[in-house]
Formats: sequence, structure tokens, C-alpha cells
Amino acid sequence: MNKRPFLALFVTPAVLAALASAAALAAILQYAFRAYVPGSLDPGGFSLANFEALLRPLYAQVFVQTVWICLLTAFITLVVAYPLAFALVRTRNVALKSFLLITAVTPLFLGEVVRTYSWIIVLGNTGFINSILMGLGLVERPVQMMFTTFGVVVALVHVTLPVMVIMLAAALSHIDVDYEKAATSLGAGPVKAFLTVTLPLSMPGVVAGVSTAFAWTFSAFATPQMIGGGRVSMISTLVYQLGFASFNFPFAAALSITGIALTFAVLAMAKQAIRPLEKIGAH
Amino acid sequence: MRRRLIPARVGERILKVAGWSVVALIVAFIILPAVVVAISAFNDRAILTFPPQSWSLRWFRRAFTYRDFAVGFQNGLIITAFASSIALVVGAGFAFAIDRYSFRGKRTLEAMLTSPLVIPHFTIGLGFLILAAQVHATRTFALVIVCHVVLVLPFVMRSVYVSLRNLDGRLELAAASLGARPGMALWTVTLPLLIPGLFSGWLFAAILSFNEFTASLFVTAQATQTLPVAMYNYVREYADPTLAALSVIYIVVTAGLLTLANQFLGLGKVLNVEHAR
Repeated sequence: MNKRPFLALFVTPAVLAALASAAALAAILQYAFRAYVPGSLDPGGFSLANFEALLRPLYAQVFVQTVWICLLTAFITLVVAYPLAFALVRTRNVALKSFLLITAVTPLFLGEVVRTYSWIIVLGNTGFINSILMGLGLVERPVQMMFTTFGVVVALVHVTLPVMVIMLAAALSHIDVDYEKAATSLGAGPVKAFLTVTLPLSMPGVVAGVSTAFAWTFSAFATPQMIGGGRVSMISTLVYQLGFASFNFPFAAALSITGIALTFAVLAMAKQAIRPLEKIGAH
Repeated sequence: MRRRLIPARVGERILKVAGWSVVALIVAFIILPAVVVAISAFNDRAILTFPPQSWSLRWFRRAFTYRDFAVGFQNGLIITAFASSIALVVGAGFAFAIDRYSFRGKRTLEAMLTSPLVIPHFTIGLGFLILAAQVHATRTFALVIVCHVVLVLPFVMRSVYVSLRNLDGRLELAAASLGARPGMALWTVTLPLLIPGLFSGWLFAAILSFNEFTASLFVTAQATQTLPVAMYNYVREYADPTLAALSVIYIVVTAGLLTLANQFLGLGKVLNVEHAR
């Protein structure tokens, strides 16, 4: 009898889907090495000019700024997400647990446009925060938060938070509470028990969360586009601008390829960092 | 023994209160934009101001009657229905194959199909746009659907894979020992047991596809634009609170769907196991 019934039936559609995404990536890769013909949608012949252009200060600066925003967002998100994930995993109140879970996860499914739009109302010059500050007489003129790196990072933290909470909660839920109890019974206070037992054991989740947050922030487009308003540039907004404002698809492709390489490098480094950490938690 | 400044029990209580205060602040940070958007959706004035001076429902009326939103909604439903259903069939089949069989290229295929989790959406959108240009195809529904299938597939695969892991394999063996052929056992035992996992996978895929923005911006044309793309274009043209009204509807529907999913399927279980690689 056939040991693997229906294998072809189950795998063939997946192969087709994988081919589709491979074809899309191959298309980008191919365009990245073609010359840009101004005024034409079709690219020219083979060229390395796109990658040379990446080194120009104007574009190199966008790269540096993107990495900076991604790192900042990833670490702030970690600090904000950790207590929430901890409460979510440790609370024994079922209703509270569901509430925290739904609150943490709903934004993930709302999409970037809805979430970013709400931040425009919060951060804008006539928005929520400025109305309160001016109403209380704390400031004379509105504090400029739109079109600043600060505004973009605040909104990006909000966008990245759900995924970080999910990953941290997954890591925390696999830690045996008995280790903490053992530390407490040996005389450690709750703070010491957390710092010396739980926190180190959750490090694989922390590294995984930070690297995923990095990748997600790198991928964000609506937030830097709508809140940055052209004054805060990231790779994503630059790719869009190059594609749809100047139809320079070859250069947009080269930027995308470099972006993927960067993301994969960060993820690979994170994987290396996790390896020794997992040994601590091995049992 | 060291003298404590505060008795241990009081210290623990302070710690607990402080901890929950921090959690409350974080929850407030998550909810704040939704609350602010909800308040401004009922603002009567056409300019975003806070707090509203007078109230009205006119922006909800406009959200429902604005033509691009209606078209975007319909397009979104078509694309979502196809993309999530195709992704369900492809993802469920593959998750089954990963769980049960070993075959050549299994890891490679899995890595390729889960890569959209880490490859930026603007890159995937750009890729499909260039691909379409290369074969001189126009930006049709088919292009958007294929792009969405690729994007939501990892979520379907995870969801189905997790429920397959939790399945009791002995039930299938029992069916086989009673004389059921593999196809029969699959159809009458495995499939019915998998229905919650299949449904949650399909639901995640549908919500994600309907709300997907970045890749859709690249691969949709005027005739195929989805609701998020129409919303993005609206913000660029108008500054009135119509989008706030639409956002409120979005938030209420999504939170409602997720609460339902949590009630019936145990969202926590699906999500917790999901990332425990």
C-alpha cells in the first residue's frame, strides 16, 4: 500500500504558490541589475548603476535612518510589551486574560491605515495631545509631533506591539513557574527572582521578538508615509516614491533587494544570539 | 539577618499595585488612538479638532455613501473570498503534508512559503507588479489574489499545523483498523476534527487579506483598489473625519470577530503555540 497517500495532491498547490513568490522575487532581482531608462517603463540593459547609486549620501542616509528607526522601535516596543505579556501569561483571572489578549491582538488585524490614521488625530497640531496641553495652558503653541521621527516611532511602536506581545507571551508561557518558586523559597524577593530566573529564561523570546519587530518596522509603509509626510524617509517610502513618482523601477528593485539582505542579516544575527541563550533554558 | 525597611508583605503589595498600574498604562496606550478616533468620528465640524464642539452622524453617512469606499469594499470582498479560500486549500494541504510525511525539498518549500513573514510587503508588492509588467499583464483581480494568497499563506499553515499537532492520531488508526481506506479516514475522521483549525486559519487569512494595504497599493489599479487603498487615497485628498467614522466601524467589527474567535476557538491557544518554535 502507498505509505504516503495523496502526497502529490497536497504538495502540488504549495509548490505552485512557492513558485509564484519565487517568480516575484526573481523579477525584482532581475530589475535590480537593469539600467533605468527615463520616461520608459521598460528597463535597459545590464547595469550595476543602481547599486552604485545606493552609496550616494542621499540614499545612504535613508538607510541609516531606517535602521535607526527600526532599532529604536524594536527596543521601545520590547520595554512596553514585556509587562503586558507577563500580565497576560500570569493572571489567573480568565476574563482579564481574554481582555488583555483581545486588546493586545486586535490592532494586529486592523491594518496599518486605520491605526496610522488614528495616530494622526492623536498627534496632529489640532489633535488630542495638543488640545489637552493647550487647554491646560502648558504650551502656547502646538508641539510639532506630526512629520517628526518621534511621531513616526510612537505610531510604529503601536503597530509593532501586538506581534511582540504574542512572541513574548509564547516564551513566558513555556517557563515553569516552579523555578521562580524555588528561588523565592531560597530567600530571593520577587524582584530578584524575576531578574535572576524569569528574565534570563525569557531571553530567547526577547531576541526573537526584537528581531521580528525589526523586520516588521522595516516593512512598515503607511506609518512613515502618513505620519512622516515626506519629511521622515524610510526605505519603504523611498521605494514607493521611486516606483510611482519617477517610475524608476530598477532602482526601487535594487533598494528592495538590499533591504531584504539587511533584514536577513539581522535575523541571522538574532538566531546566533539565541543559540547560547536556549541552553540556559534547556531542561 | 538584614533589616528590611518595609515588611515583605507590604513590599509585595506595593510591587503588585505598581505592576498593574504599568499594565493599565500600556493598555491605555493601546486603546487611546481607538478612543480618540471614536470621539472625533462624531465631530460635526469638517476639520479635525479636539474636543468636538458639536456632534453629528454625518461622517458615518458619508462613509457609507462615498463611492470609492463602496467599490473598495466590494473589491475587497471578492479578493478576500478568493485569496483566503485558495490559501486555505493550499495551506491546509501543505500543513498536512508537513505533519505526516517526509519528502524531498520539504524544508526548502516550507521556508519559501513562510518567507513573506519577514520579507517586507512593499517588496512583495513591487515584485508582483514587476512580474505583471514583464509578462505584459495588466493589474487584474487575479494578480491581487495571487499576491494575497502568498501573503496570508503562512498564517493558514500555522493555524492548521497547530490543530493537526493537537489531533489524536489514534482516531485515524481506529478508522483504518475498522477497514476505512486512507481517503475515507481522511474525509470522515481527520477533516471533521480539523474544522475549528481550518476555520480559524481561514478567518485570520480573510481578516488579514481584507485589511492588507502596502502590497495592495502596489498591485491594485483604479478598478481593483481595495478598501484600505481607497482609505489611504481619501486621507491624501480630504481632511474631514469620514475616515474616523470608517475606522470606528472597522475597529468594532474586527474586535467583535476576534472575540467570537476567542470564544469558540481559543485564540490564546492558537497564538501561543503558534510562535513556540
